[in-house]
Formats: sequence, structure tokens, C-alpha cells
Amino acid sequence: MNNTPVLLQAVRAGRQTGSGPLAGLLLIGFLALAGCSREADKPAAVAGPVERVVKIGLAAPLTGSEAHVGEDIRNGGQLAVDDINAAGVLVAGERLRIELVVEDDEANPTKAATVAQSLVDRKVAGVVGHFNSGASIPASRIYAEAGVPQISPGSTNPKYTEQGFKTAFRVVANDNQQGPTLARFALDKLQARTIAVIDDSTAYGQGLADTFSAAVIAGGGKVLVREHTTDKDTDFKAILTSIKGRKPDVIMFGGIDPQAGPMVKQMAQLGIRARFLGGDGIQTPNFVKLAGDADAEGVYASMPGLPKAQMPGGQAFFDRFQARFGKPVELFAPMGYDAVQVLVDAMKRAGSVDPARFLDEVGKTRYNGVIGPIAFDEKGDLRDAPLTIYVVRAGQWEPVETIGGAAAAAPEATPAPTR
Amino acid sequence: MDIFIQQLVNGVVLGSIYALVALGYTMVYGILGLINFAHGDLVMVGALSALALLKVCLAVGLGLPASLALATLGAVLLCGGLGVLIERVAYRPLRSAPKLAPLITAIGVSILIEYGAAMIWSKQYLALPPVIQSTTWQLAGAAITDLQVAIVVMASVLMAGLLWLIRATPLGVAMRATEQNAEVAGLMGIDTHRVIAITFLIGSGLAALAGIMVLLYYGVAHYFMGFMLGLKAFTAAVLGGIGSVPGAMLGGLLLGLIESLGAGYVGELTGGVFGSNYRDVFAFIVLILVLVLRPAGLLGTASGERA
Repeated sequence: MNNTPVLLQAVRAGRQTGSGPLAGLLLIGFLALAGCSREADKPAAVAGPVERVVKIGLAAPLTGSEAHVGEDIRNGGQLAVDDINAAGVLVAGERLRIELVVEDDEANPTKAATVAQSLVDRKVAGVVGHFNSGASIPASRIYAEAGVPQISPGSTNPKYTEQGFKTAFRVVANDNQQGPTLARFALDKLQARTIAVIDDSTAYGQGLADTFSAAVIAGGGKVLVREHTTDKDTDFKAILTSIKGRKPDVIMFGGIDPQAGPMVKQMAQLGIRARFLGGDGIQTPNFVKLAGDADAEGVYASMPGLPKAQMPGGQAFFDRFQARFGKPVELFAPMGYDAVQVLVDAMKRAGSVDPARFLDEVGKTRYNGVIGPIAFDEKGDLRDAPLTIYVVRAGQWEPVETIGGAAAAAPEATPAPTR
Repeated sequence: MDIFIQQLVNGVVLGSIYALVALGYTMVYGILGLINFAHGDLVMVGALSALALLKVCLAVGLGLPASLALATLGAVLLCGGLGVLIERVAYRPLRSAPKLAPLITAIGVSILIEYGAAMIWSKQYLALPPVIQSTTWQLAGAAITDLQVAIVVMASVLMAGLLWLIRATPLGVAMRATEQNAEVAGLMGIDTHRVIAITFLIGSGLAALAGIMVLLYYGVAHYFMGFMLGLKAFTAAVLGGIGSVPGAMLGGLLLGLIESLGAGYVGELTGGVFGSNYRDVFAFIVLILVLVLRPAGLLGTASGERA
């Protein structure tokens, strides 16, 4: 419908005069008959429900080195909005027309807070975002104070949901789930008994290495040594040589690809045969490029979420995405899509588009999304979040096995088990 | 024991690179009394421009040796030119200004080069294409690659050449004269501006070569890589006695060894109280000790040989 503003005015006029929505409805019915032939195709429109514009905010890095990730999320969100608007979702007798308000947070914590305030000021009903943990955490306070539900498609830092905000949710696994999963994989699947751990002295790297080490020890493995580097260094010969002397089965690195690439290369130069594994920070095409195909071969890494090919809504979603945007899904578009759907699903169940009314329903979500069944625990974390272990084969990351991600399928689960 | 030998090898290779970069700091300091903070960034420009040239040469179908030679030549010329330009634009107008002024411009130039490089080459870590296949030899239980040997040999040859240049050529005599007293050297018919420009040319060329070594050795280059490397090389120059050419070589080598052995053994020696994250602290503690006990550095004396 092109004449929305007129319709809205009609509705508002009806309310202001105190004659209730009835006058508005009559007016709309009149207008719909008069000018809106496209709507007439749909039975719902013939009945003449009021159209209700609802703004949903979407914040992600749309410029800078992570722009491709942000764009992926935005496109995923846009696709969901298109679907919802086309399907004619009814909430309390009103037909939803979602408007996506997109903002660029530049992966920058300060900008993220500014963007969050701007979205709140524009009265969005909910927010999909942000991508970076460093952006989601400062923004979450602003959404919490405004009572606007926030669903992050990609932030994995545990702190995001540990602040006690009722409005913070995420549809990916957090780092507390990643470390133990990697540890179990190393102990059970790689049959590792002795492990050397390196971290890059960042919050992410140390956190991952800590949870990994704790789980290795709990699982009966031995952490031979814990070495440290920085997120600027490229020379690891000294610590690798020291590790070589201890002959570990596996070397685990908590950090990101600019360090992991050269590290794996230097392991090969030093003749270290131990397996190498890391978290989502190294599960990137860039890692393979930096390490070179030969040295990257056989490196393992975990990544929150299911592999693209195994997502329940998988292939159909990817085909539609490709057709709509002319490029394939990177990784986080399904999360962006599902986050929008979860918000609208909660509105439907609450029968309201007012965040104060439907916020509780977001927490009670039981939704089968593209990424699989979605349900939140009491903190707002994705329950039984799936994690996938990948391995490099011939220069490509290939999924090896997926852990978790099925249990939420049981619709009437008993009260949230705490992890 | 084999681990110890391996750490020595690591340290010598790292130290050779430090020494090569330290030479640039010490030469400029010797002549101008100026700490050229932009020097580390020339290493970065050397690495990134060599990488770009190498990719272009390989893309047009040149063989690896020819591509590598062309990339090296291009990077050395570019950095040499850049060094001379920096001296002409940022330092020469301030030659008679208070000492603090050129120091501040040096920091400014450093930031300018870093962000200029970020605009040209982006802030990503750039990977060397997998064209260099190094061979690994086993020596007394330690793994040594041909690349490591090449780096040490090349650095040694360059340093020996520089020493010869300073000690045995008319240019070297002019450089030493300028270092002792630029005004008097000028009265003796030495074109001191030219000598200073040549000093920057040589120092920057060496920086470019060091950058190429880093690129080949680690396989990555990044717009900020010159910062820490420059700081370490400067430390090496001070350790050896800033202004002294042999001192820079010794300081570089020592710093490389200290770092390797420090990071490798600090955990064991302290029973795990200090870990390898104290690697840089270890190196700088040694620096402080040297400065306290021998303020002029290991080889630096008031009348010592300077370039």
C-alpha cells in the first residue's frame, strides 16, 4: 500500500475524536476500496484490518573491516521483514507492517551507544544487534533502561547476558560454551592427553583459554604449560620452542587469526607435530590465507551455530537470500533473520507491539528458526546452543561435528535448567 | 639441550633483524643527535611495498627469483627515497631548532606514515603468497631453515659492508667528520646536507631490507608492524651504545637472544610465577640495568667510533 500515511492519519484521527477505532476502520475500508487494488487480492485486507507500522532497529558494523558481516546480518533482517510484511501478520487485529531502521555501529563501543540511543529515541519496538560483543555490551544498558528487547545475532562474550538485563538476548552460543566444547573434542575425538595452551592476553583469548583449560583438567587431561603472547605479535618461536620441549599432543590457542596464521607456520618450521586448535577467532578464510594451505591443513576450530548446510531452514533460505541480494550468505544472515522473526513471534503471542507488553514473551520463545529451535534460558542465552567443530581440508574449513542444538525441539520443556 | 640450541637459533635470527633496524637509529643519532622515530615505520613500508611489488611481478608471470629481486630493489629505492624526503621536509628545516622540535616532528612523521600505509594497504594483516618453500635442516636436534641462514648471512654481509663504508671510504670519512662537528666539517669543504641525506638513504634502505626479511620470515605484514619492531630496535641501539655502529649490531643480537631465552625459560626459572607474557619486560629490565651500570651503553664511549 502506498497511501499508508493517509491511513495512519485516519486511524489517529479516529482515536483523537474519541470515536474509537471504528471510525478509523470505516475510513480505511473506504480508502481500501477506493485506492488499494493490490491489497484487495488478500482476504485479510478485504476484511479491512488496520495496518500498524512497527519499527524494528538493526545495528551492526556496516563500514570498516567487518562491513561484510554487518551487511550479511542486515540482509538477513531485511528478508525477514519482507516475509512478515508479505504474509500479513495480525497482532490484536492489526496488520503489521515492519519498518527496519538500520544503523551502523562501526564495531565501535562508543558509536554503538550513540546508535542505541538514537534507535530508542525513534521508538523502535525491538533491536536486532549488535554484532561485536564490545558493541552489544555498552548498548545493552541503553536498551534495558528503555525496556526495548535486544537480540544479538553474533555477540559471544558471556558478560553480555550476565549484566542482569531482562532485555538482552542472543541467538548464538557464548564463549563459556565454546571452551568446554573444544576441550571435550580434544580429549574424546583427538584422544589428547597432554595439552599446551597459548592465549593472546585479550579478554576474548584469555577467557576462551581459561574455560578450555578448566574443562581439560576436569575431563582428566593435562595442561602442560600456559604460554602468553599479545594480539600484536607475529614472533612465537620462543614460546613454541619451549612448548616443543614438552611434547604436547595438542596446542590450543585462544586468540584470533592474525596470530594463529603465523603461529601455525612457525610450528611447521620448528617441526612440531602436535595438533592445533582454536575458537571462532581463527575459524576464518583469512586464517588459511595467513597460514598457507599446507600448514593450515588439519587445524581445528569451533564456531557457534550449525554449519550452513545443516541449518533446518538451510537450503531454501540460502536460495531465497541469493535471489534477493545476488550474493551468498556469509554466516550470520540466518541469525539476523531469526532475530526479527523471534521479535514478531513474541508480539503475536502477547497481542501487542508495545515492548512493555511483549518483552516477557520474548523470554518464553519456542520458535523453529532457520538456525534451528530457538529458546532462551533465564539469562537470555540461547538454550542448547549448537557449536560446530571445523577442520581445514585442502584450504577450506569443513564441518566435522556439531554439538548441542537439538534439545530445544521439545516444546514444553521443564523450567530452564541452569548451565 | 636441543631446546636450548633451538632458542639460540631463534634469538640469533631475531637479533639479526633487530640489529639491521638498530643501525638506522644509531647512524642518524650519531650524526644529528636525533632519534628518528619514523625509522620503524620505514621497515613497515619496506615490507608492504615489497609484498605489493612481489604480487604484481608474480601476476605478470615473472619467475620467483626475478620477482623477489625486483620487489627488493623497488622497496629499497622507495624507502631510501622516502627516508631522504622525510629528512628534507621534516628534519632539515628544524636543524637549528631546539632538540625537542625534531623529536616531535619525528613522532608526527611516524603517525603520518602509519596511517598513510593503512589507507593504501588497509588495516588487515596481509599474507605473503605461499611462494617461498623453505627447507628445514636438523642440527643437533634443532630445526634450522634455509631462510633463517639466509637472513643471518645477509644481515652480516650488510653490516660488514656498512662498517667498511664508514671506516675505509671517503664518504665514511665525511660521515665521521660531520658526526664530530658538522660546522667544522662544512668549513673543510664537506657538503654536510648531502652527507646527512646519504645517511638517511642508507639507513632507510637497510630498514627496507629488514622489512623484507620480516615479511619472508613471518609471512605477514601489517600497517602497524613497525611500531614495536622500531621500539625494540631502538632499545637495541641504546643497549649497544647509541651512536656506535658496532654497538647497534651487538645490541640487536643481544636483545634477540635475551628475548628468546627469556620467553623460553622465564616460566621454568621462576617456577611459573612469571610467564612468557613477561618477555618484553625481561628485555627492558636488561636495558635498565645496562643504563644504570653503563649509561653510555655496552660499546658507546664518549670518544668511541660513531657514524
